[in-house]
Amino acid sequence: MYTAKIYVTYKPSIVDPQGEVIQAALQRMNYQGISSVTQGKYFEVNLAAPNVAAAKNEVANFTDALLINQNTETYRFELVSTDDEVQA
Amino acid sequence: MKAAVITFPGSNCDLDLFHALADLDFEPTVVSAQTTDLSNYDAIFLPGGFSYGDYLRSGAIARFAPVMAAVSQAAADGKIVVGICNGFQILTEAGLLPGQLFGNEQPGFICDEVDLLIDNSNTTYTNAYADSRIKIPIAHGEGNYYVDSATLAEMEANHQIVFRYADNPNGSVANIAGVMNLAGNVFGMMPHPERAVDAITGNTDGHPFFKSILQTLGMAVGRK
Repeated sequence: MYTAKIYVTYKPSIVDPQGEVIQAALQRMNYQGISSVTQGKYFEVNLAAPNVAAAKNEVANFTDALLINQNTETYRFELVSTDDEVQA
Repeated sequence: MKAAVITFPGSNCDLDLFHALADLDFEPTVVSAQTTDLSNYDAIFLPGGFSYGDYLRSGAIARFAPVMAAVSQAAADGKIVVGICNGFQILTEAGLLPGQLFGNEQPGFICDEVDLLIDNSNTTYTNAYADSRIKIPIAHGEGNYYVDSATLAEMEANHQIVFRYADNPNGSVANIAGVMNLAGNVFGMMPHPERAVDAITGNTDGHPFFKSILQTLGMAVGRK
């Protein structure tokens, strides 16, 4: 078993309205050193796969198909093996 | 003409659309998103609302609803497929229309009545309009239309942009309010023409939108 930790953000070329509003609020709160804020989405997906390569492939496939819209969004992910839990 | 209005869990403009269509003698039927066969219908309408709670992204879950294979089939068969507001979002997520609708550039939900410019008057959706500037209600939080510049250039060249905002309310690329596919049979717009078909609401600028579709299909229009 694996846990995929998937981070979705807007592409750098896309204006992120929510990030801009949060940044403006932080600056009003006097956090003067903040130069940018990006708001994204975080997913944890538990999945069974025969090996790491297969798991990575599946995560990429379902993230492209559903979790992101490739017009505006991009992602990265980490994969953690949870085999100990499975055997317990 | 038989028209299907598809109700997804969370749709809330389905009955407005039904009444607008019934008022113009379309013979509409409200159809569940669980339906898998739309072969009896001449035109398919996807209404506004918050399908599946707008979870993940507007339209992202709805595009995998059971009915969507039949919607894609109808589009491929050349039938008229129209998405309004959330319906437009669903059609873009499904890849039946180019681009994507995401959060308004100006923060928050907008509920207003805005002027639209008819960019292409020679379409299934605009041929009955006498004026090139109309007023239609909008109500959306994620109506910011984005498409990359290469696709936009193709769409402009192919006259796929049907409506533009006179005064851009949401940050949409090229002021886009409504677009169609290359073949012209699949169309989506964020504004709500179905909310502007009856004089009692103070605005009937949506009426010619539905009349245009009927005219295109060669049907007589019976205004009640």
